[in-house]
Amino acid sequence: MTDTAAPHRHVPDRLQSRATRVFRSWEALLLAVAIAIFVVNSFASPYFLNAWNLSDATFNFTEKAMIAFAMALLIIAGEIDLSVASIIALASTAMGLAVQYGAGTPELVVIGLMVGLLCGAFNAVFVTVLGLPSIVVTIGTMSLFRGISFIILGDDAFRGYPASFSWFGQGYIWWVFTVEMALFALIAVIYGVLLHKTNFGRAVYAIGNNPTGALFSGIRVQRVKFILFLLTGLMSGVAAICLTSRLGSTRPSIATGMELEVVTMVVLGGVNILGGSGSIPGVVIAAFVMGLVTFGLGLLNVPGIVMSIFIGLLLIGVIALPRLWTMVANRRSA
Amino acid sequence: MARFIPVRETILAGAIGLLLVLVASRFPGFVAPGNLANVLNDTAPLIILALGQMVVILTRCIDLSVAANLALTGMVVAMINVAMPDLPIPVILAIAVTLGALMGAINGILVWKLAIPPIVVTLGTMTIFRGIIFLISDGKWVNSHEMSPAFTAFPRAVILGLPVLSWAAIVTVIVFALMMARTPLGRSIFAVGGNPHAAVYTGIDVGRTQFLAFVISGALAGLTGYLWVARYAVAYVDIAGGFELEVVAACVIGGISIAGGIGSVGGAVLGAIFLGVVKNALPVINISPFWQLAISGSAILIAVAFNARAGRSKGRIILKSAEASS
Repeated sequence: MTDTAAPHRHVPDRLQSRATRVFRSWEALLLAVAIAIFVVNSFASPYFLNAWNLSDATFNFTEKAMIAFAMALLIIAGEIDLSVASIIALASTAMGLAVQYGAGTPELVVIGLMVGLLCGAFNAVFVTVLGLPSIVVTIGTMSLFRGISFIILGDDAFRGYPASFSWFGQGYIWWVFTVEMALFALIAVIYGVLLHKTNFGRAVYAIGNNPTGALFSGIRVQRVKFILFLLTGLMSGVAAICLTSRLGSTRPSIATGMELEVVTMVVLGGVNILGGSGSIPGVVIAAFVMGLVTFGLGLLNVPGIVMSIFIGLLLIGVIALPRLWTMVANRRSA
Repeated sequence: MARFIPVRETILAGAIGLLLVLVASRFPGFVAPGNLANVLNDTAPLIILALGQMVVILTRCIDLSVAANLALTGMVVAMINVAMPDLPIPVILAIAVTLGALMGAINGILVWKLAIPPIVVTLGTMTIFRGIIFLISDGKWVNSHEMSPAFTAFPRAVILGLPVLSWAAIVTVIVFALMMARTPLGRSIFAVGGNPHAAVYTGIDVGRTQFLAFVISGALAGLTGYLWVARYAVAYVDIAGGFELEVVAACVIGGISIAGGIGSVGGAVLGAIFLGVVKNALPVINISPFWQLAISGSAILIAVAFNARAGRSKGRIILKSAEASS
């Protein structure tokens, strides 16, 4: 769709040195942005530089980032899952329902993860077995999963989660470090190793760059994609556990619109929305950038819906600016 | 013979007929002409937006910002009406269509000139437009008593037994049927989606056609924005929240291929009517409206699975007959 309009690229005759590559990388730029936001926020509000406030601020992004890591792999492989927020709603509803029948914390965790996996498998069957485009399938399951929550709950809410269940969303590991932060760090490391250090990760890149080529080089393309949808579902289940535990109640409208923020986080992290490239460290920094922006704006009493304007601008801006830059650079060199 | 009976549309029309018969078997009042006219009127915004979305999807794009565009235009014209109650309705209509087209043009420019994937662009503009409504309205509602009587009366005015809102949908359908079949723009929209490379070689500007598709979709969203706000006589930040999914659902159910190039005006209209009938039938047969989201989600999945199968077998048959003839 876009190749007809692609501008001629300047082809260098040698590789840049390693240092230049690191400094001019997307991740470095993003890190500079994160530091700038941190500094600006410290001056803008006297409440920003406080360990406990900053610790609270991490809740803005930890749950979303858990999904974003799995989503990053999925998008690198050329697919997308828009149903993640609805999976959270369904998993949370299932956990709430289980509480009504007297389930304890271990059962709730198992149920949350299982519902996430099942939803992921449902998406995966439609995309890999029936060969349907993932955008349409997950727009459909986005309505379906949340629709089931609405059927079960209506305009009601589930409450009464066991006290020990609140550990996931409200507990602290040590001093200001929350359980969610620890989970975030653990999941980031797991996905970083999975994507950058394993054969599976190489297969993900190969599929995103050229699915047919990947198939002919012996990669089981459909199986890898199936696993990626399972992982995204599983991570949505983990996020559902954390979010439900933090809020202490379930409504069918829980996590509405979160899929947008997750996709924004992934794209901001430098993952190509068309697939084929991206990195986990980039997504980690993007998570911090988004968390710091929303926290800083929150301290300045900017309402949530206005923050969403910034998120929308960020999403379009991070893709538009580099393209504008190459267009200008190409025009100059031509 | 088979050429003249579009299979997909026939099946969908059959499904709608079956649905009506099932509901009518228990509640005959549902299929009374008066009630069917109400269902049509209720579905009119969906029909109009589905046609705009169809054009966009045919060119291999997607527009998720239509509902936010609708809400923003609706809020702007409502606020203009509060500030200047004497402004005639044609001016309001012109403002709504222009503003909507302008927002569509923003999407189109980003897709055309910067080659940003349409799903990213419209996800972004969707939140931006919603946010702007909050900024300009300060989160407040514009209520019916603040709007002028002429403003709210227009979509309800009855001409030849049907309200203007229904007529707006009917006229849009006719214009689109003519545009898609009889104008260079309509044909190039199909060409761009069917095979962009071939379209370039026949002298069609792919990016420009996609841009125009977004402008059309935006203009229709703007028009619907005014009709919606005037009909329900209220404007606030969240009107038509999530409506973009219903619009995409109508297209997918109507057999518009998300891969572009395949679809018809009849299909999009039938897809919208199917969802409209389901929505209106649920309360009648005493099923909670909370079922609606799950039903439209399932309908999308069934429709896309079904259409993919139909498309695949069709491709094989063409190849076979080509081999046989050569």
